[in-house]
Amino acid sequence: MVPEIGHFAVILALCVAMAQAFFSLVGATRGYVNWMAVSRPSAYILFFLTSFGFCCLVISFLTNDFSVLNVASNSNSQLPWPYRLAASWGSHEGSLLLWVLMLSGWMAAVARFSKGLPNDMLSLILGVMALVAIGFYSFLLLTSNPFDRLLPPAMDGRDLNPLLQDPGMVIHPPMLYMGYVGFSVVFAFAIAALISGRLDTTWARWSRPWTTIAWAFLTIGIALGSWWAYYELGWGGWWFWDPVENASFMPWLCGTALMHSLLVTEKRGSFKVWTVLLAIITFSLSLLGTFLVRSGVLTSVHAFATDPERGVFILGFLVFVVGASLILFAWRAPKVGLGGRFDLVSRESALLANNVLLVVAAASVLLGTLYPLFLDALGLGKISVGPPYFDAVFIPIMAPAMFLMGIGPISRWKKSSVPDLAAKLKWAFVISIISASILPFTMGGWSLFVSFGLLLALWITLAGLVNLWTRLEQMSKGDGRTLWTSLLSLPNSYYGMLCAHLGVAVFVVGVTLVGGYEVEKDVKMSLGNTVTIGDYTIRLDALEELEGPNYTGVEGTMTILVDGEEVDQMFPQKRLYTVQQMAMTEAAIDTGFTRDLYISLGEPLSDGSWVVRVYLKPFVDWIWGGAFLMALGGVLAVSDRRYRKASEVSSSPEEVTTST
Amino acid sequence: MAPTRFLIPLGIFIAVAAFLFKGLSLDPKEVPSPLIGKAAPEFSLPILNASDTRFANVDMADKIWLLNVFASWCGPCLDEHPIIVNFARSAAVPILGFNYKDRPQAASQWLDRHGDPYDQVVVDLDGRIGLDYGVYGVPETFLIDREGIIRYKKIGPLTQADVSKDILPLIKELSE
Repeated sequence: MVPEIGHFAVILALCVAMAQAFFSLVGATRGYVNWMAVSRPSAYILFFLTSFGFCCLVISFLTNDFSVLNVASNSNSQLPWPYRLAASWGSHEGSLLLWVLMLSGWMAAVARFSKGLPNDMLSLILGVMALVAIGFYSFLLLTSNPFDRLLPPAMDGRDLNPLLQDPGMVIHPPMLYMGYVGFSVVFAFAIAALISGRLDTTWARWSRPWTTIAWAFLTIGIALGSWWAYYELGWGGWWFWDPVENASFMPWLCGTALMHSLLVTEKRGSFKVWTVLLAIITFSLSLLGTFLVRSGVLTSVHAFATDPERGVFILGFLVFVVGASLILFAWRAPKVGLGGRFDLVSRESALLANNVLLVVAAASVLLGTLYPLFLDALGLGKISVGPPYFDAVFIPIMAPAMFLMGIGPISRWKKSSVPDLAAKLKWAFVISIISASILPFTMGGWSLFVSFGLLLALWITLAGLVNLWTRLEQMSKGDGRTLWTSLLSLPNSYYGMLCAHLGVAVFVVGVTLVGGYEVEKDVKMSLGNTVTIGDYTIRLDALEELEGPNYTGVEGTMTILVDGEEVDQMFPQKRLYTVQQMAMTEAAIDTGFTRDLYISLGEPLSDGSWVVRVYLKPFVDWIWGGAFLMALGGVLAVSDRRYRKASEVSSSPEEVTTST
Repeated sequence: MAPTRFLIPLGIFIAVAAFLFKGLSLDPKEVPSPLIGKAAPEFSLPILNASDTRFANVDMADKIWLLNVFASWCGPCLDEHPIIVNFARSAAVPILGFNYKDRPQAASQWLDRHGDPYDQVVVDLDGRIGLDYGVYGVPETFLIDREGIIRYKKIGPLTQADVSKDILPLIKELSE
């Protein structure tokens, strides 16, 4: 009964979305106040119905109802309950329900937190989102119903893919989808602005916090996915340029560009056309990601089970949404005037250059991801594009963007002077160069790659400090405030910017040092054998049979010695998940601030010894620490007090990151 | 300012969408094997449960035959098994079972339990011959012609569609 109620709730949700799209859009364009009044309550109802449907699916999973096909295929009675919960979004069908749940959640949030928006704008926005929702609800109901029954019911389920049985995987998809779907909000804002012709600074001001928060979720989601790949796949890598990873990374790059472009549109009224195009592209790339993952056009380790019918549906939907948006763009954009003028050396220029670089980076990732498909479609053979392409193309594009990160925030709007910038930043630059050339010697050998990476990281950090210092200095000169009160009076959005930029620096340090100084050893070990890596000696002390709830396996006991003294014990495992007969490596990781010690069990050999893989990864956790700081920066920026006074739209907002 | 430039994003998108549409009808997993059109690597391997007799591919000279790589530890092999059994019933061509990196005892039990469609089963205990054949995903299936040339290769489980659309027509063509 529960699955049928859930199914019914989702059908009702589709009907509500249809009504909402109709009344909101027609009401807003014709100016019928009564019709527009439908949009807000229907967003709440949509969210309620979808949550209800989602809960029904979760109940089916938690109660092991194996008469539901989705449960029988993706769960098992032996599966611990947190993973049964996560299994509700582990399959294609379930994750799509999670997707629409997020979408309706964002719609409800827009309805709730947009009190200051004019009624017709709000109706347009919710109407556009409802159109997107109609597409996804129909997709769910027509091709991928998560509530399908299985007759006769299975005795037990086929278990969740063991790769997904992991705490990181429980929260990774919700975070990622919050980001993906969150971009639908700013997309709807852009479409609404194009329809109504009100592509003004108010539009940019309203779009900014929504973009930032969606971006922060996406950042966390991608970082969690990368962290999961690192410790769960047992290869010790953190990014593989896999099509599915790229699918989430492209919207992130464009979303980053969009955030910065919105800043200029709000403060200076420039880049309007560019910003609106970016908003459309960012969400289009989110949709494209959905298509790539679920249609089977590309091979990937984490693609869902696919079928062509679904592919045709999403492609059709993609063409409708993106095609219609771009036609609207081509029709309306020529009428948008230019914003304020600016000089070659100005913050606008820096942000524009940064935007172009980010978009070019996204385009090169897109090209690399789709290139095999292009060649195949043209009958030119099958190839695969791997990390060498992406590394070779991506790093040279991002390096200048990172250099600009130091200059942009400190330069002035409209017109900045080179001597002034040079005076402010010369010490930051000199210290960065000197430290970056010397530091690698202290870490085990100089290399250009490491030195350059450290240079960028130091430059971003020091330029950020100079920026903060200059502002504090001006404030104390201006009205004689103490350092402390000045620090307190700076807006959160300013700290958000510093924090996110610092996150990039931390991330770069992690990537650079892991790339430069990682040590890897593959050894054959029997009981009592040791292997030495860096300062650590690892001794295999025991191998024991292991009995988990839904797996069996072997656990090694590894004693870690430093200078002959025992300092720690680690327990890498090799598991065999009994239902799916799938072997999994559970690496043992000793996480540290400056290094990770990573041990994974490879294959058993015929003489009873094991192949053991040991890595020493310096500063690897800085990669995810950096991503966390970036997301934290986003949250800080949104917590700025000017957004809390949402009703006072007309009041002039504080200058956020200016240096004057 | 020419308004046509605002149509550029739309143009790019239409081109990408056209490729994506074409992509739906392509199978990215279908990798052409460098072995296709080449002579099947030679081997002489012990026969399952009769390890003192050996079987070599010269024994298949002048025959069209199917080589099916399988193992008892391989889940997808079980999925594919009914297809192979069915194919054997049609007895179009002989099938050689190629037991890959498996314990012979486990392989015999597996065949006892699920049925033995093979004319012969050879044992590649350490996977050395499998290496010559470029085996990397079990199950794999090869179709070899009268001259000992590999004509078809499938990585992963065979489907009924593979048999009826690719393999049977190819056999018909080769036997003419």
